[in-house]
Amino acid sequence: MRSIFLHLHPAKVDRSSIEFNRTFGLGGMAALLIVVQLITGILLRFYYTPVPGSAYASVVFTKNQVLFGQFIRNIHYWSGVFLLLIAFLHFLRVFLTGAYREIRTKNWLFGLLLLVLIVFLNFTGYLLPWDQLAYWAITVSTNMIGYLPLIGESLRTTIIGGTELNADTLRTFFTFHTAVLPLLLLLLVFYHFWRVRKAAGILMPEAQEKPEMIPVVPNLVFKEFIVALVLLAVVFLFSALFNAPLLEKANPAYSLNPTKAPWYFAGVQELLMHFHPIFAAFIIPVSVAAFLAWIPFLNYGQAPNGRWFISEKGLKSSVTTAKFAVIITLSGILFNEYILNFETSFSFLPAFVSNGIIPLLILTGLMAGYYQFYLKGQSLSKAELVQAVFVFIIVAFIILTLTGIFFRGKDMALTFPWRAF
Amino acid sequence: MKKLQHKKTVSLVGKAPAEPLSRRDFFNRAWKWLGILAALEVTGMFTAFLFSGKSKKQSAPKQLLEAGPVDSFEKNSVSAFMGGRFYLARQKDGGFIALSLRCTHLGCSIAWEASKNRFICPCHSSAFDIAGEVLNPPAVRALDYYPVLIENGIVKVDIGTIVERSSFRKDQLQYA
Ligand code: HEM
Ligand code: FES
Repeated sequence: MRSIFLHLHPAKVDRSSIEFNRTFGLGGMAALLIVVQLITGILLRFYYTPVPGSAYASVVFTKNQVLFGQFIRNIHYWSGVFLLLIAFLHFLRVFLTGAYREIRTKNWLFGLLLLVLIVFLNFTGYLLPWDQLAYWAITVSTNMIGYLPLIGESLRTTIIGGTELNADTLRTFFTFHTAVLPLLLLLLVFYHFWRVRKAAGILMPEAQEKPEMIPVVPNLVFKEFIVALVLLAVVFLFSALFNAPLLEKANPAYSLNPTKAPWYFAGVQELLMHFHPIFAAFIIPVSVAAFLAWIPFLNYGQAPNGRWFISEKGLKSSVTTAKFAVIITLSGILFNEYILNFETSFSFLPAFVSNGIIPLLILTGLMAGYYQFYLKGQSLSKAELVQAVFVFIIVAFIILTLTGIFFRGKDMALTFPWRAF
Repeated sequence: MKKLQHKKTVSLVGKAPAEPLSRRDFFNRAWKWLGILAALEVTGMFTAFLFSGKSKKQSAPKQLLEAGPVDSFEKNSVSAFMGGRFYLARQKDGGFIALSLRCTHLGCSIAWEASKNRFICPCHSSAFDIAGEVLNPPAVRALDYYPVLIENGIVKVDIGTIVERSSFRKDQLQYA
């Protein structure tokens, strides 16, 4: 046991690098939740049958007849949710302390890949219960792929093995969920840890005095133990209080109203309510992904200093940008919903123009104005400017996601959460 | 803390000016190419394994489903055939079209609302008229349809073939 810890950790660490509020322990929490998912997932597999005719019944059986069945299923469900949330927060922490470039470039890229893997693990798992929720959420999500130019439709039919969800889809998703993706995830996680050590630990602000080195055992390992216990307690508490959803068995002839994508795709789904699908499901997400992968390779002129938000100025411009992003996203949603529907108002234009190019140009114009009248005057460094763009994207994404999850009700119309559920 | 130094290894490959290939270099290269070849073969085998079993539907055979005699369907009416996954819609002028259940937006199942004389999708509220044409976005394409055959006064639907279209045209209707 001791030697396993020592493989993941160096023998000694800088005392200030293991302060809780340096990393909030997010990376370690994610690792622990992956282990929880592996164990509970393997347990669930002992009862689960990946065939449309019996999948649902096998989940109902697990839930109702197996001792602790409901509890194990709930843990797998909630820990999957937490894993994604925590990995996302970890990603924010890494970016906002500047640890995404230089010797950490590879780990940034592989970290993005890990995030994608975790999303796909959640996504492939979502289908397995084969209830109405699963069936329709995966139907609408896989149909989004169909809008990719040229290859979309054939990619979609290859992934689901037909024109609509069928036994092949379930078998493929099951294989990915319980074999391919977990293996890849484990490999990548170990590589990720190894690269952290290769970069000589986490990025720290330049210290005034020489760092004080203390032994990892017991200092760091003890802290990790406490964080692990608290996190497990929270996951267990959630699992004891809230059951993982399970509706009626999937019925291809009857759709739910509303049918929502899984919660982590609620942002893309919300974009789909406002933009032509080629923009919402392809151009915008791909541009964001490209931006995230590209930022380590810009020439910043100086090494990252490891401080949150880089500087006072960086913090101030980020906060203002976050406010701007909240305002523009919310007012965009409301404007498009209640005041002007681009597609029906300009129905003489192709939808690609009326509901794609035009709104995107308007948004770009507003952002250019924000740059011209605010950001430019702040004389920010390149890293601070990239940070502002990052903050804008993340805040807009969070607003879209929250709107999609909590503020969309029957017929996908906007409502309040207490009426939507 | 000790910073790990990246040792720069100087690569010799390609820099030496056209020296005759030594015996050892020759074998090294041969092994490398053999390795690449083996990797390609294995990849090819895996790909073939994964995809050959899936594409069973080369040309789906005609799968005719008998819907019923022509006269049993009133003009301007819609009948659901959930087993065949289609709605048989008879237009005002007597023409038949078998509309797929699948909404062209993101694939939910549409429902016929007789009182509003339109199909409505519960997912994001696209609406389609009785011929499958879009009345309300977000859907941009008319509903897919299955070919209809009318033989000896019996309406039959070929549920093995689905036809995609961008909008409604008169020649998509079948008459008795
Ligand atoms: C590491 C990350 C993993 C994540 C994020 C994840 C996530 C999920 C999610 C969201 C569900 C759907 C739960 C529901 O809606 O009820 C699910 C179901 C399932 N997962 Fe996983 N999972 C992971 C790993 C695994 C592993 C390693 C296995 C097995 C080897 C596994 C086996 C299963 C089974 C059998 C089900 C269906 C049973 C049920 O829904 O109750 N999972 N998973
Ligand atoms: S799937 Fe029918 S409106 Fe979206």
